[in-house]
Amino acid sequence: MSAPNRPISPLYLVLAFGYAFLYAPIVLLIFYSFNESRLVTVWAGFSTKWYGELLRNEQILNAAWLSLRIAFVTACVSTVLGTLAGFAIARYKRFPTRGAFLGLLSAPLVMPEVVLGLSLLLLFVALDSAIGWPSGRGATTVTIAHITFCLAFVTVIVQAKLASFDRSLEEAAMDLGAKPWKVFCVITLPLIAPALAAGWLLSFTLSLDDLVVASFTSGPGASTLPMVIYSSVRLGVSPQINALATIMISVVALFVLLSGWLIFRQDKARRG
Amino acid sequence: MKSRRKGSGPFIPWSALAPYLWLLLFFGAPLAIVLKISLAAPVMGQPPYTPLFEATKDGIEWLINWDNYLLLLDDPLYIAALLNSLKIAGISTLIALLIGYPMAYAIARAPESRRGILMMLVILPFWTSFLIRVYAWMSILSTTGLLNSFLLWLGVIDAPLEIIYTTFAIHLGIVYSYLPFMVLPLVATLSRMDMTLLEAAADLGAKPWQAFLRVTLPLSLPGILAGSLLVFIPATGEFVIPDLLGGPDALMIGKIMWTEFFSNRDWPVASALTVALLVLLVGPMIALQSARKRDANAETPQARGEAA
Repeated sequence: MSAPNRPISPLYLVLAFGYAFLYAPIVLLIFYSFNESRLVTVWAGFSTKWYGELLRNEQILNAAWLSLRIAFVTACVSTVLGTLAGFAIARYKRFPTRGAFLGLLSAPLVMPEVVLGLSLLLLFVALDSAIGWPSGRGATTVTIAHITFCLAFVTVIVQAKLASFDRSLEEAAMDLGAKPWKVFCVITLPLIAPALAAGWLLSFTLSLDDLVVASFTSGPGASTLPMVIYSSVRLGVSPQINALATIMISVVALFVLLSGWLIFRQDKARRG
Repeated sequence: MKSRRKGSGPFIPWSALAPYLWLLLFFGAPLAIVLKISLAAPVMGQPPYTPLFEATKDGIEWLINWDNYLLLLDDPLYIAALLNSLKIAGISTLIALLIGYPMAYAIARAPESRRGILMMLVILPFWTSFLIRVYAWMSILSTTGLLNSFLLWLGVIDAPLEIIYTTFAIHLGIVYSYLPFMVLPLVATLSRMDMTLLEAAADLGAKPWQAFLRVTLPLSLPGILAGSLLVFIPATGEFVIPDLLGGPDALMIGKIMWTEFFSNRDWPVASALTVALLVLLVGPMIALQSARKRDANAETPQARGEAA
């Protein structure tokens, strides 16, 4: 459509308001993380002292390290499982209990977190008293819980990629005598790699961010970063949390901008 | 046609096995256990509930206890919390739609070269921590917060307003946190729309607002439905927002479940509440599922490529 800008200009105003609404709280948070004063509303000059205090806060550092490890394992396992599931759905249009499988895959996407967390905790307790595993709760149970809801997100992404996938390359490889697993490894996997990367990053982020499910499925001694942030935030606004938030937001923004740039470059190369 | 033959078969494909088993064990089984425990009675000990049946010499004796559900019906607190959750989620969804629709419309009508960056700007907040974004509003809304200080400085008000710990703050938090979920499906449907329809409407004498009401709006209904459900369903069970931005009297089901579980340690009642919440949400969830399916069927591969 080559409609000129004329009918669009009031819409840009709408967009400006929308983006202001989305970004103003984040910008203010970042701004006040450099505030000398402990009070949010009083600007007492530029300072990075809250960052220094943050880096000396053992509890937060330990929790961050735990969260990163959980997120890493979660992202890897859910990418593998989610890719398998996405492949099964995209390639096999009919098999027994496919409907039930689809239901199991899509329900965790919208299930309220409290429901997921509570039900998984009850499972872990029941398993523990029945077969003695998992004995107690901690990083392992949180990771299992995170994989359960992340794998559904990976499946959606992989399935969408496979649906718009040109299968003639696979067929050509097969005609040339490649075995199915070789076709999958040499042709399919590299072609859907961007979807895998997106799924991995999404799982990593979701796991790193989760408070509710982790609170239910974790045990004493295994507090994830969101759990520590939550218990601190409940008591009110804290400049250390502002500093932590700024670091987290910067890392995420960097990642998103980088991947956006990579996609942009890929698009440009493809269009020629 | 080798590929067609592979598309259906009498067996579950090998690639589905591992995720299937995982989801049965860690998603299906837990829900069954919730149902089971909602029919048990609380006891002191570990686990803090009674078994559902006992093996006696005459066979199996069922020990079903309906008390938890009777309690839910009997105590007005629970009913009120369920209704209030639906109400808060419903109103927030409506507000999100009113803000999200114009945004999505503007993005969908923007030049294609700019659409990618505009979409990314909507998605970016979604990638940053949910907890942090809710927390950001705490420092804005509190009585000594930025908004109150700003209004006091302007002289609009004499005393700080009670904004945080109100229902309004909960609505604001939900709309803010879930707005991307509303905008994204709307952009997808709106940018897929055939623009020649609008030209045809204009040629036939429709004014722009008439064309909008009678062409654009009906055509974007699938997006409206999907976006609204994506906001409504999680908002109904929301815990963090009512806990941090709502007052102690903020009656939302997610918060009550949390309290029953962690503070009162009444697992059977918490389970019964979970079952009640699921029953309430199963309708919207099925609607979302069928909306997705319809959308996927309507989508051409080319349009999908553009929306991505």
